[in-house]
Amino acid sequence: MNPFAPAQIQNPNYYSTAFQYDGKSAETRNLKPGEVSTGTTIMAIPFANGVVLGADSRVSTGTYVANRVSDKVAQLHDHIWCCRSGSAADTQALTDYVRHYLSQLAIETGRVPTVKCAAHLMRRLCYENKDNLMAGVIVGGWDPVEKGSVYNIPLGGTCLKMPFAIGGSGSTYIYGLVDAEFREGMGEEEAKSLVKKAISHAMARDGSSGGIIRTVVVKETGNEREYIPGNELPYGP
Amino acid sequence: MSEFTNSNNTNMSRNYAKEEPSGFSFDHIHRNAMIQQMTKASSNGNSSSSNSSYLPQATKTGTTIVGLVYKDGVVLGADTRATGGSEVADKNCEKIHYLAPNIYCCGAGTAADTEKTTELISSQLDLLRLNSEGSQSRVVTACTMLKRMLFRYQGHISAALVLGGCDVQGPHVYQIYPHGSTGKLPYTTMGSGSLAAMSVFETGWAEDMTEEEGVELVKRAILAGIFNDLGSGSNVDVCVIRMDGTVTMNRGAVQPNNVQPLRDAIKRSDMLNMRSGVTSVLHSEFKPHMFGGVTLADVSVTEMET
Repeated sequence: MNPFAPAQIQNPNYYSTAFQYDGKSAETRNLKPGEVSTGTTIMAIPFANGVVLGADSRVSTGTYVANRVSDKVAQLHDHIWCCRSGSAADTQALTDYVRHYLSQLAIETGRVPTVKCAAHLMRRLCYENKDNLMAGVIVGGWDPVEKGSVYNIPLGGTCLKMPFAIGGSGSTYIYGLVDAEFREGMGEEEAKSLVKKAISHAMARDGSSGGIIRTVVVKETGNEREYIPGNELPYGP
Repeated sequence: MSEFTNSNNTNMSRNYAKEEPSGFSFDHIHRNAMIQQMTKASSNGNSSSSNSSYLPQATKTGTTIVGLVYKDGVVLGADTRATGGSEVADKNCEKIHYLAPNIYCCGAGTAADTEKTTELISSQLDLLRLNSEGSQSRVVTACTMLKRMLFRYQGHISAALVLGGCDVQGPHVYQIYPHGSTGKLPYTTMGSGSLAAMSVFETGWAEDMTEEEGVELVKRAILAGIFNDLGSGSNVDVCVIRMDGTVTMNRGAVQPNNVQPLRDAIKRSDMLNMRSGVTSVLHSEFKPHMFGGVTLADVSVTEMET
């Protein structure tokens, strides 16, 4: 037998880890059949005294919209929130775990947990279970140390502190827009309107994003939740 | 020698005392796939299209299930057809399951999975009530228990549920998917007929409906599923759970597929409709039993030679 001949693939269940040109998007490729996906556009921008987080509201199973008014902005602690994208089941479970660990941590240390800590907890879970999870998360919030901060945790479990973060399948359509319009040191109103504008544009072009825009403004004084109905979006048909 | 008999005994007792591994067993997945391939190959060769390539399939509830919130409570609805492949396994199965006195759950997917999952969570809620001095169960508790269990099984338990109930915080409806994701909504539909039912809901739902309006909308939604989806059929079951604590479970609220009148119209012989205890006598004959007319065979015993 020639030791240099290519290996014979006998097992029909062998799956290749090489890139497969099958027309599926990266977001939905690894979903199991029938699994629910938060297709999504999510975004977070920090400003002087806090953070604005925003998300669309569409949850899909294949081509059917399972929930057109879902809430993808979840609260992890008093002033720490996260935006969820990827598999709905995985991100809901992750959010529950991090919420639990954060509340334990707050009791044990007697301090308000930092956004960095929440992001790192999330990243630990995402990274160490990367084979079984499909979750892209943006963690943002206010803490006394860093004031407003935003951490992006894409698929695979990288954790990056960023001046602004966008994620989800619809984010690919708005990289140009956000790069052009974002400035360091924006105020609250400017950041909010950029979030709403960018997500509207993504919803207009991405099939997996749609519905309404939900936003949360997180400041030292508290959290303000808002939503914009689908017929009042800043941009759209 | 004594070791031999000892080891024989312990082997037997070991077999009987062996512990069954818990959880799902996926041992036969490969074997079943091979059998399907083999039978497909043989039926292709033989050109016979009968049951040789038929493997029994898990009974699924093809299903249309719905739930909505109205002014003073929730209304749940379901069809009653259970299918095994393309055959109707049960024409009148019950898809609205009891979880707690104030919480009911409709189930779509594999019938066994929905039945057993809801029974399991129902007993867990019962235990929780016993441990909490009788406080009424909350719908969010049931939802969390269900989603935690379904997520643990990573979608292998094929149970898609519409959970509805009333508690101190108000009326609630949740949708729960087999992989463990949930959504809290004012109205929702699941199952193969969910698209047909959702179109009715999207047209007809309004905030703060009365009970009559809610029940009527649910019936129309399930009927849409029954008539337009092959996996749903037979009757409509409706369950109303009110904020004041009363529950009305209406099995067979609408029966559009009732074939009993057709069956009753068939003319059958009067002989099939006898009063019990009466048999139609066609012919009588008496023959005395012959005693002494039987002869025993002669059997001679010969001794065995050793």
